[in-house]
Amino acid sequence: MVIELRGVDYTYPDGTAALRDVSLSIARDERVALLGPNGAGKTTLALHLNGVLETQEGEVRVAGRRVERSTLRDTRRQVGMVFQDPDDQLFMPTVAQDVAFGPTNFELPDVPGRVQRALDAVGMGAVAQRAPHHLSFGQRRRVAIATVLSMDPEILVLDEPSSNLDPASRRELAEVLESLDVTMLMVTHDLLFAWQLCPRSIVLSEGRIRYDGSTHELLTDAELLARFRLELPYGVILRTDDV
Amino acid sequence: MFFVVLTPREWVAAFAGYALVLTVSLAVAKVPFRRVLVGLTIEIPFVLFAVLLPFVGPPPDGVGGLSIAGLWAAWNILIKASLGVLTATLLSATTLPVDLVAGLQSLRMPTSVVAILTFFVRYVDVVADQYTRMRVAQQVRGMRSTSPRSWPVIASGLAALFVRSYERGERVHLALVSRGYDGKLPAPPAGRAHSWAIAAVLPVCAAVIFGIGLMTQW
Repeated sequence: MVIELRGVDYTYPDGTAALRDVSLSIARDERVALLGPNGAGKTTLALHLNGVLETQEGEVRVAGRRVERSTLRDTRRQVGMVFQDPDDQLFMPTVAQDVAFGPTNFELPDVPGRVQRALDAVGMGAVAQRAPHHLSFGQRRRVAIATVLSMDPEILVLDEPSSNLDPASRRELAEVLESLDVTMLMVTHDLLFAWQLCPRSIVLSEGRIRYDGSTHELLTDAELLARFRLELPYGVILRTDDV
Repeated sequence: MFFVVLTPREWVAAFAGYALVLTVSLAVAKVPFRRVLVGLTIEIPFVLFAVLLPFVGPPPDGVGGLSIAGLWAAWNILIKASLGVLTATLLSATTLPVDLVAGLQSLRMPTSVVAILTFFVRYVDVVADQYTRMRVAQQVRGMRSTSPRSWPVIASGLAALFVRSYERGERVHLALVSRGYDGKLPAPPAGRAHSWAIAAVLPVCAAVIFGIGLMTQW
């Protein structure tokens, strides 16, 4: 298992319980969508995976090792976190320097080769020397993914990867993600994106896991969708034979 | 600039040498003349101050009843300010902000200062865009920024911008630690020998001119 959570609880300092007794495991090469309404605890869960938030109760394991202070450095290399706003993720003056940031910090070998391979993997090899703010939003999102691919992570955690993208950029991003040979956990509200990319979905609501199973079964079951406050775009009805 | 500041005001020939070197550099770098002129306007307040000096200086004993000491003081301010502005124009026209920061890092500027400058260069456009969007949103709902009644709105807009930038800072920090940041940014790519050589041309010329000035005293 790449990721294992057992009985994870987390309460914010203001008393809001964000996660309650969350247990789940993700196997190598799985692509999993993490769904749920706003405030369900999705981002809190994602931030536990690379130790930015420390567990208060229960345990998180990445590639078999418990996430704790002594393993934090390895964990952060193994869990590639892609944030929702690429402007938060791309802080260096040029794209190449930003993609090199992680590998340099973790003292990984062959940094220039890693940068080139990561940028090529997301189709952004030509913009290596450009400044991030000169790229389109869709390009920045892809470069943000390259910034963690260059660390050869065990798992890619993406926060709302398809938000604010025009339809063509959204399709291009889906193609890029589909081509990557890496385990993926995708926090998203975009149910069709989950349908396209993730065979498995986990639904989180009020900090608890309410569903963990096939994305297709979930999205073709109107009753389940209504129960979890999930809604497909107007006019869209998915059938199991659409797969 | 170090040598220009050190040069006594009486060494007129040395100043002519500095000006010649800078003019040649500006021409080689193909800096548009208009840009140089616009750059020079920044010294207008100093020029006004310098023009006053010959009239208010010690005993009016020189040309046309002007103060000799005042004339020298005015010359000193004018020539050093002009050379300074020309140097700054040359630097800003030929060097990207990113490279300036990388240069400071190579010169062993403290890492925290370099980090602050790096993030400033990266995010100044993002914050400026946010501010522009906010202003447009205010204007489309009828705000006229010339009226004093708009001042509280502008102030609260700036406060909101500060809070958003602060929050962005926190998110950027999360993204930094997620990729193993431990307080220092990676070193910039090392400068090649020929770029060091090009960078050394101006200081070496200035040093030679200063040296000749020292020997000839003019």
